[in-house]
Parts: sequence; C-alpha cells; structure tokens
Amino acid sequence: MKDYNLTHLRELESEASYVLREVAAQFERPALLFSGGKDSIVLVHLSRKAFHPASIPFPLVHIDTGHNFEEAIIFRNKLVKKFNARLVVGSVQESIDNGRVVEEKGINASRNVLQTVTLLDTIEKYKFDAAIGGGRRDEEKARAKERFFSHRDEFGQWDPKNQRPELWNIFNGKKRMGEHFRVFPISNWTEMDIWQYILQENIELPSLYFTHEREVFFRDGVWLAKAPFMAMKPTEKAEKLRVRCRTVGDISCTGLVLSTADNLEDIIREIAATRVTERGGRYDDKRSEAAMEDRKKEGYF
Amino acid sequence: MTETTITDFSSKGYLNMQLLRFTTAGSVDDGKSTLIGRLLYDSKSLFEDQLDAVKRASVQKGSEHLNLALFTDGLRAEREQGITIDVAYRYFATPNRKFIIADTPGHIQYTRNMVTGASTANAAIILIDARNGVIEQTYRHAYIAYLLGIPHIVVCINKMDLLDYRQDVFEKIKADFNAFVAKVLPGEDLRFIPISALKGDNVVKPSQKMDWYKESTLLETLETIPIDKDHDMVHQRFPVQYIIRPETDKYHDYRGYAGRIAGGILHPGDEVIVFPAGIKTKIQQIDTFNGPLDEAFPPMSVTILLNDDIDISRGDLIAGAGDLPKTGSDIDLMVCWMNPRPMQLNGKYALKHNTRDVRCVIDKIEFVLNINTLEEIPGRTSLAMNEIGRIHLHTTKPLFFDPYTVNRQTGSLILIDEATNETVAAGMIL
Repeated sequence: MKDYNLTHLRELESEASYVLREVAAQFERPALLFSGGKDSIVLVHLSRKAFHPASIPFPLVHIDTGHNFEEAIIFRNKLVKKFNARLVVGSVQESIDNGRVVEEKGINASRNVLQTVTLLDTIEKYKFDAAIGGGRRDEEKARAKERFFSHRDEFGQWDPKNQRPELWNIFNGKKRMGEHFRVFPISNWTEMDIWQYILQENIELPSLYFTHEREVFFRDGVWLAKAPFMAMKPTEKAEKLRVRCRTVGDISCTGLVLSTADNLEDIIREIAATRVTERGGRYDDKRSEAAMEDRKKEGYF
Repeated sequence: MTETTITDFSSKGYLNMQLLRFTTAGSVDDGKSTLIGRLLYDSKSLFEDQLDAVKRASVQKGSEHLNLALFTDGLRAEREQGITIDVAYRYFATPNRKFIIADTPGHIQYTRNMVTGASTANAAIILIDARNGVIEQTYRHAYIAYLLGIPHIVVCINKMDLLDYRQDVFEKIKADFNAFVAKVLPGEDLRFIPISALKGDNVVKPSQKMDWYKESTLLETLETIPIDKDHDMVHQRFPVQYIIRPETDKYHDYRGYAGRIAGGILHPGDEVIVFPAGIKTKIQQIDTFNGPLDEAFPPMSVTILLNDDIDISRGDLIAGAGDLPKTGSDIDLMVCWMNPRPMQLNGKYALKHNTRDVRCVIDKIEFVLNINTLEEIPGRTSLAMNEIGRIHLHTTKPLFFDPYTVNRQTGSLILIDEATNETVAAGMIL
C-alpha cells in the first residue's frame, strides 16, 4: 500500500506555508521582520515557496541596531537583490539621535532592548498590520506560550495571560485600528528542524554561521566578538580563535561558539551533540529569568 | 537514546521522520508536568543550561527530587504560583519521530485550554493518579478527547510507586475507565500504561518493578502509533485560501488557487465541483515551487490550477465531484464556550469555517452538557465559559462542510465576538 505520510519537515513546511498565505489573505499591510539570522532567512525561503510563481507579497523589515556583523548586512543586501524583494530599514541609531531612546551605559550596554522602540515606531510609520517573525516556541520559555497569530494592542504590547485560543488551523486576525499582529509561521520548528531544512532545501546562509577566525573575549561563560563599540573590562583579553555563530543578533548580544564546522552536515552533527540551548549563548536572555517575557510584553520580537 | 543515536539525526533517517502531535490531560497534582519533564529528561531532550536552571530552582524551593515540573512552566506567574496558565508547546524528537506536546492545565476552569490543545492532536495522554482512580475530571478529559476527535488515547495510570506497583490497582482503574468510555469512546484506539513519572517506570524505560506489564512503554507507544489514517483520505476537499496571480509576462495567464488540502487525494484530471458556484470542472495542474505534482494529499499546501476560467475567491471550496460536502446555512453543532462573556441565545457572532468568513445568529441552545455525568440539561438561554453544549445556528451565507467525525478540518469552526474580536467558541459540526 502507498504511504500517504509527509515527513516532519514537509509537514512543518506545509503548516508555515498555510500561515504565510493566511497573513497575505487576512491583512492589508503585512511585513516580514528580517534580522539576517537563519530563522528569518528560512522565512524568506518559505515565503518564496508559498507564493510561487508570484513574488513575495510583503516587504522585508530590518531593525538595524548599527552594531551588526558586516557579513550579515552584505548578505541581506544580496538576498534582497536576488529575490527582488522590498527592504525597509528601521534604524536604532536614528531613534537615539531623535531622543526616542537613550543609549545604555556601562560594560554590558546593548542596543538589544532599544530595538523594541524602533520596531514599534517602524510598524507605526509604515502602518504595518502584521509583522511576521522567525520566533520559535522551543527557543525560550516565554516563547513557548506564543500563538501563531499573536495579538498586540495599540501600544504594541503582548498580554500573555489573555491570549486568544487558537483552534485547528483557523487563525483569527481580527483587530481594531492601530492594533497589529505578530505572526510566527515557524512556531513549531526546533533548532534542529531549521538546520535540517536548510540542508534539505540547500538554503544559502551568511558566512558567520560557519567556522572563521575572529577576535573574541570571554564573559560570563559566553564568547563575544571584539568590536569598537564593545566595552571590555581590564581583565578581559581578546584572542584570535576559530568560532562560528549559533544565532545571529547584533554583535553585543551574540554569543559565539568555538567550532571548526565549515559545512551544514558538520553543524548538524555539532548541534545534535551539544548540550546547551541555542539561546544559552544569548547574552540578552541572561539578564533575568523572565528577561524574554518582560521584553516581549513591551513589544519585542 | 544514546549519544550515538543522537548523531543519527544527521543521517538520512532524520529526514524521513514523522510528526506526532499529542496533548496531555490530567488533574492538578496528577503529575502531568513531572511526566513531561520525565519524557524530555529521559529522552535527553533537555539541555544543560535548562537542567542547571531547574536544579537551582529545585534547591531554592526545597524540593527533595529534581523538580521535573519546573521545565514546563513558562510565565513568571506560573513559576510563582506553581500552576500552568496556558497551553504551552514542547518539542522533542527520537530517531523515529518528532513530537509536539500541547501541555494543557488541569484546573477545572481551563476546559478551553484542553479543547485548544486537543484540536490539533493525533493522540491524547490522559493521566490518572493511581491513588484516586477514575474521578470526575477523568471523565471530562476522556469526553473532550472524544469530542475533539483525537484518534488515539493513551491512559497513563501514574504514581504506581506509591501503591507498591500493584497489578490489581491498575486493572481496577482500567475496568472503571472502560465502563465509562463504552458510552462515549466506541471503537477508539485506547491503551493503558502503568507508570511512575517521578521514578521513571514505563515512561521511557521499561519498569523493573512491574513485570506483570508486558506492553510498550509510553515513549515506545508514542513512537509506533500508526498515524497515516489520521487525516480524511477519502473526501476530496480543498478550501481556497489565497489566489496567486503573478501578473508577470512569463505567467501572464496564471491563476492559481492556493490552499492546504483538507481531505482526499487529489490528481490532475480529477473532476471537481466549485462551491458556492456549483460549477463542474477538472484539476488541470497541482503546482508547487518544486514543480507540478502527480498527486497531493492532506495536509499538503499546494496551488491548484483548473481547466475552466471560473470566478473563485477565498472561502470557496473545491470538492471532488463524486462525494459532495453538505451545504447550507442551518448548522447543528457542539460548541465549547471559551470566553468570560457568556454565549447568548439569539446573539450574533462572526464565524470562521476553514478560510470562509460569515456571520451567524445562535437560534437554539438544545442543551448544555454536564461533562462529568454526560447529562443533557435543556432549557438554557446562555452558555458560560468552559461549558459545552449543543446548539443550532443560522449563517448569513451558506457553509460547505462535513460532519466533524468525518473530517476535522471541514467539520470545525470558530465563533468571534464582533465587539472584542476575541475567539469565543470552538464548534464541531454534527
């Protein structure tokens, strides 16, 4: 007898495709939040597949902290050109210059938290009514509570205790003027699924994800990249090591792992054997046990 | 799962894994969170940083054991109060399957979360505390699993360690449960497993203490439940979700109907009828990014091209010409009410059915169900949060549907309060 089972990757792809098409059908001005990281690159790939042979029916929005890895920006520009996509950039530097936010001071200063204001300002400026994000429920405990269609009030805030029930594959995107939705098509994917899918689909990634030599220093159990705007304690010494990124955020919060993996198969083997979560290396999550929940309530990604 | 098998994930085997979604139902203190923690812990799906965090928290709270329940509590309020507020989704994989757990709270007021978690599940785990046996809440969990059409039910009789792993305890509970479900779960795929989530017996590893139990452990059961029949493979159903019109020179006349197949196996050349137009045509092509397909089946997302140029929009249904859906504006259904504002007789609501949006009026509340006794209570004019009842509603435009027991996609709908935009009810069409 014929086997009518999809593999788990095909089923996850089909689910994401369904969600992306729902966004295009239910909202007037959707946008895809593009960080340059692997999850948002997978989202772009899924969007191309969902709307083929038409082009992606929404722009890519990059919230630029100004503290990027150069490779990520080069990759972003290449991708936009290759897929004939529209790019909108929201600049954290601009938010600082306009006095919308105040730059953090001190050794652990990061523009990660400031991004929320820039993100919400950008959503308001372009009147986006749905922002598609690459958040996954396996990433972090607050994200495990997210809906596919996550309602945000007129201040962009998330109310985790009062979320709409989400039944079957029926998504309720009804909202009032000024409110918007965050939509997470890859909610049900794990880090391993993402990498396997990248391998299966042969998706191009920034070189940051593969081993390279970089000046790094060690702080609180995490390797961080040396950069002009990264303040270092006198006791911290930079050294040249072979590293790669497991996630890509801005430089101030992206932990690097020591690795010699230079191809997808090796990365997958490395992840299969690793015993620390992906966000274990994210400096932004270490601030408190509920760091992500607090940021998300305010409107973070 | 040893380190060697973990690295098997990188082999082709991992690319051929299936996906099983299951939900867990249990009363407060039945050990549900502990069971999930145990599944994740023993299948080595927890990472060191998660483990360290829980170890720290366990010590802080003065727990004697590693408090596995702490793995599943996501929100600050949940950790503070030691309860689960909302449906949380957990993920783990073995070399055979990837699993999605919808972890739903057991409190009586949270029926709506259980219904939510159950709506997408292939399997339900119902937990029973061996010391308490079958209680009212067990009936409720079994009934919801039945109402939501979950194809496979695994009853785990937990805390066997506290009753010296006695077989007679297990058999008694099994008999009690069977006596109840004979009424509501006829023909259901039902299994019973004696476990201790705390000690790990029969969860991932076979118990050393219960040699009288010869069947599979919970994990083996979850890995081997056959799920290929869980979708409706008979009735061809394709709700139109989105119209793809590239409007480029290369695809000048391309008009594709994008959607996710809700039932049946589709082929190019199949005769179909488009609702509501009622026009007969044929499938010309089943298109995807990777090229056209010879056949497609649930739950695939595809794009369908038809032979004839017909006016079709989102919310229409393409159905096999040989087995038509029911059509109509008068719908009988079971609903679970999910909002603090009660359902009102004669109330008007927005209704979503597949990709179709209509409005409706509740014109009859047949009865409200006491889900602990299955007693039908007639004569009510409203339905409160977490209540389940049978109602009749009238829609502004016709729906094209199947009974929920035939097809979980074309048989389900949600109601939305137009004042608040909140999803207020889950409906299963009779």
